[in-house]
Parts: sequence; C-alpha cells; structure tokens
Amino acid sequence: MIQFLLKRIGVVIPTFLGITVLAFALIHMIPGDPVLVMLGERNIDPAYYREAMHRMGLDLPLWQQYVNYLGRLLHGDLGTSLITQTPVMDEFLTLFPATLELSIAAMVFAVVFGLAAGIVAAVKRGTAVDHTVMGAALTGYSMPIFWWGLILIMVVSVHLGWTPVSGRLDIEFDIPPVTGLMLVDTLLSGDSGAFASALEHLILPAIVLGTIPLAVVARMTRSAMLEVLREDYIRTARAKGLSRTRVILKHALRNALMPVVTVIGLQVGTMLAGAVLTETIFSWPGIGKWLIDAISRRDYPVVQGGILLVASMIILVNLLVDLLYGVINPRIRHAR
Amino acid sequence: MNKYGLALGALLTLTAGGAMAAGTLVFCSEGSPAGFDPARYTTGTDFDASAETVFNRLTEFERGKTTIRSALAEKWTVSADGLTYTFNLRKGVKFHTTPYFKPTRDFNADDVVFTFERLIDKNHPFNKAAPAQYPYVTDMGMDTNIASVEKVDPYTVRFKLKAVDAAFLQNLAMSFSSVQSAEYANQLLKTNKAALINTQPIGTGPFVFKSYQKDAVIRFDANPTYWRKDELKLDKLIFAITPDASVRYQKLQKGECHLMAYPRPADLKAMQSNPQLQVTQQAGFNLGWVSYNVKHKPLDKVEVRQALDMAINKKAIIDAVYQGAGQLATNPMPPTQWSYNKSLKDAAYDVNKAKALLKKAGAEKLTITLWAMPVQRPYNPNAKLMAEMIQADWAKIGVNAKIVTYEWGEYIKRAKAGEDDTMLIGWNGDNGDPDNWLGVNLGCSAVGGNNYAQWCNKEFDDLIVKARNLSNQAERTKLYEQAQVVFKREVPFTPIAHSTVYMPMSKKVSGYMISPFALHSFYGVSLK
Repeated sequence: MIQFLLKRIGVVIPTFLGITVLAFALIHMIPGDPVLVMLGERNIDPAYYREAMHRMGLDLPLWQQYVNYLGRLLHGDLGTSLITQTPVMDEFLTLFPATLELSIAAMVFAVVFGLAAGIVAAVKRGTAVDHTVMGAALTGYSMPIFWWGLILIMVVSVHLGWTPVSGRLDIEFDIPPVTGLMLVDTLLSGDSGAFASALEHLILPAIVLGTIPLAVVARMTRSAMLEVLREDYIRTARAKGLSRTRVILKHALRNALMPVVTVIGLQVGTMLAGAVLTETIFSWPGIGKWLIDAISRRDYPVVQGGILLVASMIILVNLLVDLLYGVINPRIRHAR
Repeated sequence: MNKYGLALGALLTLTAGGAMAAGTLVFCSEGSPAGFDPARYTTGTDFDASAETVFNRLTEFERGKTTIRSALAEKWTVSADGLTYTFNLRKGVKFHTTPYFKPTRDFNADDVVFTFERLIDKNHPFNKAAPAQYPYVTDMGMDTNIASVEKVDPYTVRFKLKAVDAAFLQNLAMSFSSVQSAEYANQLLKTNKAALINTQPIGTGPFVFKSYQKDAVIRFDANPTYWRKDELKLDKLIFAITPDASVRYQKLQKGECHLMAYPRPADLKAMQSNPQLQVTQQAGFNLGWVSYNVKHKPLDKVEVRQALDMAINKKAIIDAVYQGAGQLATNPMPPTQWSYNKSLKDAAYDVNKAKALLKKAGAEKLTITLWAMPVQRPYNPNAKLMAEMIQADWAKIGVNAKIVTYEWGEYIKRAKAGEDDTMLIGWNGDNGDPDNWLGVNLGCSAVGGNNYAQWCNKEFDDLIVKARNLSNQAERTKLYEQAQVVFKREVPFTPIAHSTVYMPMSKKVSGYMISPFALHSFYGVSLK
C-alpha cells in the first residue's frame, strides 16, 4: 500500500510542474496586462505605465518571471493578488469553503439519486420505468447549466416561492465566518433560523451543479448493474433463496460500484468546471467566480495560484479514488 | 412539511419581515469591489462601495447632477491668476468610530494634506508602507499639476497649481479625491498595517463600513454622527453582490433586494409593467462613436469622412443595438453637459450624396478596417452588432469595411498607436467639465492618447485651450459651443448614441437619483 502511494506521489510531482508551466503560459498568452485592462479607455502616461509594470515585476522577460514564480512557490508562497493586494492563499482559503460546501452537497445529491435511479433502471430493464429514467438522465446530461439554473430560479424561487433566489444566507443573518462552511457556521452560531436559511439557499445550486454528475452516475450504475446481474453468483444467490433486495444491494451493487466510483472521481473535475457557472448564477462566493474575475482582470498570481490549487484538489481526489478501489475490492490492493 | 417545519417557516418569515422593515436598504450590486481605497481604482463598482458610502470629499457633485456643491470644504476662494485655491473646512465633522479605529479629534486640515500628499508624492511614507498606484489621479493630471497642499491653520488648506485647471473643483469632487483620516493612517503606520487602508476604510461619509465577504455581501451601518443629518434616512445599507443581471432581476421581484444595478435592456418592459416596481431613467453621461483615423488615407479628406458619416443609419442602430435604451447623439458630448451646443444638427442620412462625396474625393471602391470592441461598455452594449450594421450601411455606398477585433487591452493599445482606419469607441464623463469631453478625446495633446481620430485641428484646439484657462463659465461656454461647430464640420468621428441609464427599484424606495457618473449613491434615499 505504501509503495503504491509513493509511486502515485512520484507521478504527481511532474504533473504539478507541468501545471505550473501551463498555468503560467496560458495566462501570459492572453494579450493585455493588468494595468491596461484596469484603465480601459482612459489615458495612460507611459512613465506611469512603466513604473506600474516594474513594481509588479511584469517588465522582466517571461522566463525570468517564471523562475521567480517557481522560486516563491517552492517557499510555499503563491504570491499576492495584483488587484486586491491580498495573499492568494488567503483569498483561496476564504472562498474555497463555499465551493467545497456546494460541491459536497451537489455530489451527495448526485450519488444518492444517481445510484437509486441507476439501480431501479437496471432492475426494471426494458420497461417504461427504465426508458423514463434513462431518458431523464440523458436530458440531465445535456442540460446547459446556465439555462437550467435560471429556469429553476424562475419556477422554484420566484413563481413558487419555495427557495431564495441566490446567495448563501438571508441578508438579515450576519454570521461571522468560522469554518467558511455556512451550514457548520450557522450551526455553531446556535441560530436555528440561520441554519434553515443556509440549507434553503443550498438546495437549488446543489441541484443545478449535481444534475450532470447525477446523470452520469445513473447511467454508469445502470450498465454496471446490468453486467453484474447476469453473473453466475447472482443466480446462485437467488437460488439460495436470498431476498431480492438483499441480492441487489449486497451482492450486485457492491460489485457494480467499482466503475461507478471511478466515474464519481472523474466528476470532481466536471464539478469544479460547473461550479464556475453555478456560482455566477447563484451569486455563490466561491473560487469559480474568483478565477473568472482574475482572468478578466489579468490578475496573474491569482490565476496561476488558483489553477494550481484546483489542480491539486483534483489530483488529491483521484488519489483518494485509487485508494478507495482497494477498500471496495481487496483484489486490487493485493494485485498492486 | 410537518407541524414543526411549518412553525419554523412562519417564525422565519416573521423575523425576516421584521428585520427588513427597520430601514435596511438592500442593493443588488453587479460585482465585488477590488478594495475600499477609492484612489486606487477607476470603476463604479469600486467607487459605489467606498467613495459613495464611507467617504466625503472637499467638494461633491449634487445628487443626480454634474454641478458641484460644498462638502468638507464649506467655502473656497480662487486667486486672480487661477493658480491658488484656498479652502475653509467644515468644523465638527467626525470620522467613523469602528472596532478598528476610534478617532480622538474632528476632521481638520491635516486630513486634507495627508489625503493629497499621498496621492501626488510617490515618496510619501504611506506609499512606502503600502505601495499602490493612483491611476485616476494620474489620468486627470492631478499628480503633476498640484504644486503643493499646505495647512494654513487647522481649518484652512491651500492648494497651489502649476497650470490653470478650470476643472479643478470638479476633480476634487471625484471619487479618487475622497478624504482619508490622517490619524487613522498614522495608527496604521505605527502598527505596520498600512495595507489595511484598502480593506478597513475610515471616512466621514454617511455610512460606516461594517463587513465585507467577497462575492457575497458588503454591510454598512448608518453613521450616527453624520454631519449632513437630513440626507441620512436609512439604518443599514447592504450590497448583495449578484453578478448575473437576470438573477438580480429575480431577486428584485422576490423582494430580496430593493434596487438593482444594470438591468438587461430585454427585461425593461416587464419591469415597467410590474406593479411592485418603479423604473427611473436618465440619459447617460456617456457617448459611443465611430472614430475616423485622419492619418490614414483617404480618411484625411473631410469629404470621405462626411460621406461615411451620412451613410450610417443611426436610428436603426439605436433600435437594434441599444434596444431603444439609447438616445441619438449629434455632439461630441451628452446633452446634460453644460456648454452643449443645441443648434447643431446631424447631416441627413443620404446614400446618393455620400456616393457623390466619395467620387469627388476620388475614393470610390474604398476598402477600410472597422474595429469593434470585444467588450460591453455603458455607451455601447453590443459593439459587434453595431459594427455589422455600419458595415452594411457603408457597403451601400461602395465602401468595403472589414471588421477587426482584439482583446480589450490590446484593442486600446493598438488604437492609440493609430493602427485602425475606423473604430468603435466611446467615453463616460468623469467630472462634468466640457474639457473632459472635448480636450480629452479631441485635443491635440490627446493625440496618441484618447484622441483615437489622431485629429489635431488648430482652430478647434485654440478654442478649447483658451477655454481651459478661463474660470468664467459663460465665457467658456461660448468657446466650447464654437469648438463643437468646428467638430461637426470636420467630422473626426461620428457620434452614435448616449445610452439611457435605467434603475429598477421597489416602489418602497423613495428619493433615489441616478448619478450622471454611473455611480450608485444611497444618501438621501429612504424606505416607505
């Protein structure tokens, strides 16, 4: 197991280096710079421009900027935002919990409903139920996030009045951030109204962000279950006289979970991409919105640091998924 | 829902209703400010959250107007040569008391001296401790033109200028001139926390900064010691940051906010017919235009420019690009700007005459580039569509225009270098002075800068330079009116439209006035 971990970490280091090069190159390839973007159509004095660029270290040759950046990175310094003058790490740590909370909620929604839908569809294979569930999954998979979000707001929030339109908490609750996870913070504050409000605010964004992963999980569960259900040991289990539920949940599902867990791991990337849009629609103060703003303002340190942190997150999750395989299927652990 | 859930829901509604009724105004704003030190920034999103709430200035714009009124300076005198301004400061004005700062004295001359020395002196100790750029100060030429700021006595300050600047008092009313507390700055320097001036602001303004969560919410409390008591009619002010315009509208409909910034033109009809809402509007203090680079042949010939000018169907553009939320422009400034020449008329839309003019200039079968901005601006909501419409208009007179676009920063850089033939661009007024339109965009000194037409006309320039050095408004008005006549004759650019600014709000809001400078201010606003 430890050898396996070390091997994986050995692969992670070059991946990281690659990401730093990519993040650095991509943002610098976009024309324009922070000073020009900020001034827009306003006039600029060339001396002032040179001075501003010099102060940000942007007048150096690109390779030198990269080396400096890497040097700081090795010291654990992700740099300071050019626009807000706040350390990138601080900004990330304040905003990330919001994204994390939203992603977890969306994932829970996707896995719970996705698994259930997939199992039902597999068991009722070929029936109207199967077709309906799979049709819905296909629709969900091709749903444009922006449109879906706005439709839900229009129907559920404005028309039916069931949930708030956007944000994380009703404006009258002023809860100081402790963990940054609104559900936890409101619980800690002891204000049950605030907790209910945080929960209400989480529902729609979680559904919107969780829709695509839900569809993927449902389809994957269905096909994995179908394969497993054909196996001899399932027939044996049934022949033994075990109840249908026990056969499906205990014997079939456990064996069908392998590919499903892989897919869930891969969905973390999709989820972070979807978070950018979901956060914009629901005015959710997370890292998606933060990165988009940074790109349009050419806030290089934020873009580079943000990409690096998000990439680390995805790498970490995939590492966890690999480890999880072993837990689900001991054969893999020993094979490696 | 079970009984318990219902009871909880009812309780929630009660508490929610109670909190909102107590004079808390919620504004759905469009984005997060980059910081709370107004001098560092150039956009309305930043100014709304700092200059318009926390701070005051020596002079301030009257609500909803471009004229100024006294503020922290109670009155002032200008020397005969126009180079020395002496301000008598208001007494009894208090800086905000917050958990991070408790003032021990009232506002006085030290604060004014600190504010402006920090802006104009790169080597000021505060700039060493908290390095920052002040782009707007530089852009308005304040850093080079202010020779000195001195304290005459605790309530008198004297500014000496190097050259006459007729717009100086207007510039002092601009957001970047917001007066900071010298005492607070000293406290920050002593504790080695100078950078906090950008995140924990202290001012004398109507609202006291309370907290800010990026991309979520900014909270302000009413300033209990505010010196302009009659303008403070709210207990709390909250900015609910909501980047998407459709979502802002949904929040407004559901009562989650009282006012919203920047509605989508497509939503206006529905907003106006909603019985819960009111929509106020005003011609924007902006102008979008097509610029002709007079350094590129054959655009150096006035006939060619006139031909292109009269071939543009402005009416169709206003309907399609501004979706009716625009006003046809004829002059190089908006009608709300004093000195606007009302007698000027557009050349009539005339394809045949335009063709004849091109023939006369020997410029038939002309191929030129037409640049379109990659971004939405207040003066032009859809540059690409506008460019396509102009392209089609010009094709009718035999001019083949190729549409070109670049990333925004690059666009400006290349345009200033004069790489374009014709281009779409525009301007938002800064300080309500005519020179901010004619000088900045058409003066000879602005060639290579914002004078995208690269147009330097002696007759025009003499008029505006003369006007800039006068302080009598009537005399200046005459000169600017003449300058606009020259502009209209020479056509360095074709003014297209002033976009209309709309402000949708709940019927509970009263007293809101649209700022010509695209700022959002909440002093003087109350809730019914």
